[in-house]
Amino acid sequence: MINFLILPILVPILTGILLIFLSRHIIVQRWISALSTFGTVVISALLVQKVYRDGIQTLDLSSWEAPFGITLVSDMLSATLVLTTSIIAFASIIYSFFSIGKDREKFYYYPVVQFLIVGVNGAFTTGDIFNLFVFFEVMLMSSYVLLVHGGTKIQLRESIKYILVNVISSALFVITVAYLYSVVGSLNMAHISERISEVGQIGILTVIAILFLIVFGLKGAIFPLYFWLPGSYYAPPAPIMALFGALLTKVGVYAIMRTYSLFFYHDQAYTHGIIIVLSILTILLGVIGAVAYMDVKKIIIYNIIAAIGVILFGFAVMSPDSVSGSVYYIVHDMIIKAALFLLIGIMIKITGTSDLTKMSGLIKRYPGLAWTFFLAAASLAGIPPLSGFFGKLLIISGGFAEGFHLGAVVVLLSSLLILFSVMKIFIYGFWGEPRTYPEEGKTPVKSLLIAPVLLVLLSIAMGVGSEVIFPYISMAVETLLNPDIYIDAVLKE
Amino acid sequence: MEILMAIVIGVLFMSATYLMLSKSLLRIIVGTGLLSHGAHLLILTMGGLKRGAAPLLGENASSYTDPIPQALILTAIVISFGVTAFFLVLAYRTYQELGTDNTEKLRGTEGND
Repeated sequence: MINFLILPILVPILTGILLIFLSRHIIVQRWISALSTFGTVVISALLVQKVYRDGIQTLDLSSWEAPFGITLVSDMLSATLVLTTSIIAFASIIYSFFSIGKDREKFYYYPVVQFLIVGVNGAFTTGDIFNLFVFFEVMLMSSYVLLVHGGTKIQLRESIKYILVNVISSALFVITVAYLYSVVGSLNMAHISERISEVGQIGILTVIAILFLIVFGLKGAIFPLYFWLPGSYYAPPAPIMALFGALLTKVGVYAIMRTYSLFFYHDQAYTHGIIIVLSILTILLGVIGAVAYMDVKKIIIYNIIAAIGVILFGFAVMSPDSVSGSVYYIVHDMIIKAALFLLIGIMIKITGTSDLTKMSGLIKRYPGLAWTFFLAAASLAGIPPLSGFFGKLLIISGGFAEGFHLGAVVVLLSSLLILFSVMKIFIYGFWGEPRTYPEEGKTPVKSLLIAPVLLVLLSIAMGVGSEVIFPYISMAVETLLNPDIYIDAVLKE
Repeated sequence: MEILMAIVIGVLFMSATYLMLSKSLLRIIVGTGLLSHGAHLLILTMGGLKRGAAPLLGENASSYTDPIPQALILTAIVISFGVTAFFLVLAYRTYQELGTDNTEKLRGTEGND
C-alpha cells in the first residue's frame, strides 16, 4: 500500500492516545505498549524491505503535490534508522516493566514514551525542513517530560538547564529556516536542493550551512556544543537514559547528514573541513571524559560523545567507504549504547550506587550480567567479529584513502581508550571480592536482563552477518552521495 | 522598512540574551519569551515586507502577500507557548522542591570525582 511509510508514526500516536485513558490500569498499559511497539518493529522491518525492493517511498500528505505540500520521504537511511529506533524502544519498554516503578507507570510514563517514538520516527521520515522542526519539537517536548518524570531533586535541577539549552536551539532553528526560506523560497527539501544547485553555493548559503551545523550540533552534542549532555543525561532512571542516549543525539547527526548531503554539497572544502576539525575534537574530548570518571553513568555518557565524533568524521570524509562505515556505525552505536545503559542500570539497582569505588565482585553472583556486559563492551570497542569492528574499519580505511591521516589515527587511538574505559567498569565492578549491598535481594536481575541480552544478540548478529546487511547500507550511501536520486523520487513522480 | 525591523529584532535578541544570562530563573524564562518574539519577527521580515492583498483567490488582486511565513510564525508561536508554559510550571516546582531560584546554587556536581 502506498501509505505504508506513515505507519511507524501513526501506530505510536494512536497507542499513546489510547494509553492516556488507561492511566490507572498498569498491566493493561504494559501489554498494549509492548504489543504496539513490537508491531512497530515488524512494520519498520517490512518498510525497509519495501524500500529495498521498490526504491524510495514518498507520501504527499493530504494529496497536496510536492513541492507545495508536506512530503514524507522514506529512503534507505531513514527506514533503517526508523527500524533501529523501534527496536530500541521495544527493549527499553520491556526493561521498564521491572524497573521504572509503579508511581511513574501510573502517571503517563508509557504514553510519553510512545510520543517520543513519534517525534523520532517523524524526524527521520519527513521531507520538509519546517516539518523537521515540528517533529524535533514533538521529540523534545516528550524528552522534557521524561527527563523530569518522578520529580526527584536532581531531575528537576537538570531539566531546567536541558530545557533552556533546547529552547535556545529551537529559536536558532526557526531563525535558520527563515533565512533559508528567504534565499530559496521553498520549504520542501528536494525543491530546496534543486534551487541551490541552480544558484550555486553563494556566500549566504555557506553561512546558513554553518548555522544549521550549530543547531543540529547542539542537539547532536558535537564540540563545542556538548556541555549540557553529561549533566542532563545523568539525572533520569536507566531506561529513560537508554532512550535518550541511543536516540536523541542520533537525530541531530541524521539531520546534519541529510542537510549536508542534500543542500550544502557545493562548497565541501570549507564546510566539511570544519566538520572534520570539530569531529576530531569531539572524539578527543569524549574519550578524555570517558577515561576520567569513576562513575559508571558518566563513563557511558562520555562514550556517547566520542561515538558522535567518529560518526561525523566518517560522514565528513565523504567517500563511499567512509560514509558506509558511518551509516553502519550509527545503527551499531544506537543498539550498543542502549544495551550498555540498560546493563549499568541493572548494576546500579543491585549495588545502590553508581560509584565504581563502592562496588566490586558482581561476577560471583551474577555471571550472566557480567558476560553480557563484557560482550557489549567488546562490541563498543570494535573487536571483530562484533558489530563495532566493521563500521570503524570502513571509516578508518576511508579516512586514510582520502588523505585525512590525523583523523583516522585519532579514531584508531580512541578505540583503545574507549576499550580501557569500559573495561575499567568490568574490572572494578565485576571482578574483586564480592560485597554485600543493602538493596540486593529485591532486584529481578533475570527479568531485567531480557532486554539488554536481546540488544547484544542483535549486535552480534549484525557483526557476524555484516555481508547480509551491506547491500542495504550501500543503498543508503548511494542516496547520500547522489542527491539526484532523492530529488527525482520526490518531485518527478 | 527592513532596516527598522532588523534593528527591532536586534534589540529583542539583545535583551533576551541579557536576561538569559541572569541568575534568577524567572528572568531567564522571560528572556526565552523575548527570544521567540525576535525569531518570529525575523520570519516575518525574511518573508518579504511588501504590500498586497490577503492570500485568498477570491480577492482577484494584482499582488498577494506570501502566506507561508504567516503559517510558519503561527506554528512557531504555538510550539513556544507550550514550551514556555511547561518551563514556568517546572521553575515553580523546582523553587518549591529545592528552595531556591538562584541558578548559582543549582549547579550539579554528583559523580564528579
